[in-house]
Amino acid sequence: MRPGRQRRRLRRRLGALLIHAVLAGGAVFMLLPMLWMLATSFKPPPEIAVWPPHLLPQAPTLANYRGLFQAVPFPRFFGNSVFISVISTACVVITSMIAGAVFAKYRFPGRSFLFMLVLATAIVPFEAYMIPLYIQLVRLHWINTYQAIILPWLVMSFGIFLLRQHVASAIPDELMEAARVDGASEWWTFRRVLVPLSGNAMAAVGIFAFIQAWGVFLWLLLVANNEHLFNLEVGLTAFQFRFSTDYGKLMAGSTLSTLPMLIVFLLLRRRIIENMALTGLKG
Amino acid sequence: MSVSTLDRPLPRPLPQGEGRRKIRRHLRLWLWCYAMLLPVLAIYAFVRIWPIARTVMLSFYNWRLIARVRPFVGLANYERMFSDANFQIAIWNTTVYSLSIVLISTIIALPLAVVLARRGRMSAVYQTIYFLPVITPLVPMCIAWKWIYDYNYGILNYILSLVGIPPIAWLTDAHMALWALVIMGVWKVLGFNLVIFLVGIRNIPASYLEAASLDGANELQKFWRVTLPLLRPILLYVLVTATINAYNVFTQVYVMTLGSQDAPGQAVRVLVYDIYQNAFQYFRMGYASAEAVALTFIVLGLTLIQFRAFREREAG
Repeated sequence: MRPGRQRRRLRRRLGALLIHAVLAGGAVFMLLPMLWMLATSFKPPPEIAVWPPHLLPQAPTLANYRGLFQAVPFPRFFGNSVFISVISTACVVITSMIAGAVFAKYRFPGRSFLFMLVLATAIVPFEAYMIPLYIQLVRLHWINTYQAIILPWLVMSFGIFLLRQHVASAIPDELMEAARVDGASEWWTFRRVLVPLSGNAMAAVGIFAFIQAWGVFLWLLLVANNEHLFNLEVGLTAFQFRFSTDYGKLMAGSTLSTLPMLIVFLLLRRRIIENMALTGLKG
Repeated sequence: MSVSTLDRPLPRPLPQGEGRRKIRRHLRLWLWCYAMLLPVLAIYAFVRIWPIARTVMLSFYNWRLIARVRPFVGLANYERMFSDANFQIAIWNTTVYSLSIVLISTIIALPLAVVLARRGRMSAVYQTIYFLPVITPLVPMCIAWKWIYDYNYGILNYILSLVGIPPIAWLTDAHMALWALVIMGVWKVLGFNLVIFLVGIRNIPASYLEAASLDGANELQKFWRVTLPLLRPILLYVLVTATINAYNVFTQVYVMTLGSQDAPGQAVRVLVYDIYQNAFQYFRMGYASAEAVALTFIVLGLTLIQFRAFREREAG
């Protein structure tokens, strides 16, 4: 009896060890691209083209970062990314809150139709209707302007859906009724009752909007061919096409482009993961 | 979901004047609703509804940006799609790419989620690490992966050389390029699937698993007989969402392969790239719109499956 139990315990320990080994191996695979990128960005050119490669730089240098700033208007790209993302996030949160609240708490003719229309447009991928949108902006002479870049990212059907769900289920009608009895206007009720009670849901929508706007790529490629309008994603791509083999500088640029999002993620880690898990939307 | 105040039946009978006041109040409320929604709906009309309708319209025309005459051609664009080798390759590549990513990432994420659902001390740390690729911006990571895949000095070929595998031209070999993109795609989406599965598994009542244990089921049997069947709706949801996302792939292909001259263009031609090329390099907006409609129908079909999954989840 004893040896059997011991063997079983041993087997369980071995099993746990194996699981940890697999998890750790997977973690290395997930982190490897970022670590490899970071390490390469500090390597002087001779160390980059060396076989076998060293994981860590032997003579770390900032030359790649300095070279990057000389080669491309990197701060400009960064500023554009921030600008586009902030404007888009603000607009998405505001439009989603307004539409979400109206769809959740009011009855009016055409309500379901309009709500379904808003949701239905979310099913069609953006790539499928970017052509007419582009033609339209050519006619307006909006090509190479910020408004053209930001335009498609001012609204988000998913944001409206999420805030409608939140307002409908989490804010009792009695609160609004009480405000009305006190003579409050509808706008006052919206501003002072619905908005303050929707902070978390608005933050969730804001995070999605920010991630989405930060990653704008194809659309910007279409409507902007002026370097001054590029965000980090497109700027880095253009830089890559020009210096396709200068991996030191490329990795420096990639590291700097990844860093802001990484910091935001590590700060809001739990919230972002929970939001994504609960709502099931990919960023 | 709560029911709006205005749904409740009006108290009856009403004195004459009060009834009229009530109606006026309703009208004012309606007006207020429309006024609030107007800016939002105006944006929708301009950036979503009109372009979507227009895409369908364009698909029936021989519509070129640079041509003066843009004749109506009926279904000719659609007919042409069926004999267009590029389009067929694009559909095939996109499908292979999507299904591979979805299947591989699900098969890896599912057991990981079962293990991580046990709330070990390290569970949160692993979740964070596995989730990192989901959140990191795409282009920098594409460039980092391109460097990993480098034929001469890439770390992947180095690791393979340690176990005696000769170097592989990941991004330039026509047989490998799509799979190189698949590996990166799995890396990117794995954490997302993992976290969704994790929530699903943690929502399974502990009593079910305890009952199975009492009946003498081992871990594997518990997984097959209890966890997996209860996870079915979420599984279906993840499969469909990931497939839809993968069908819209563009950035990876553009950044990692098409920039280099020796890229195997046909081997990595995907649907959105084909649309992009036809519309914005050859200016065949009409034909590209027909392709866009095809993409929409694929996504629409997948979405219908997803709705069914949701209904199942709500019912179950």
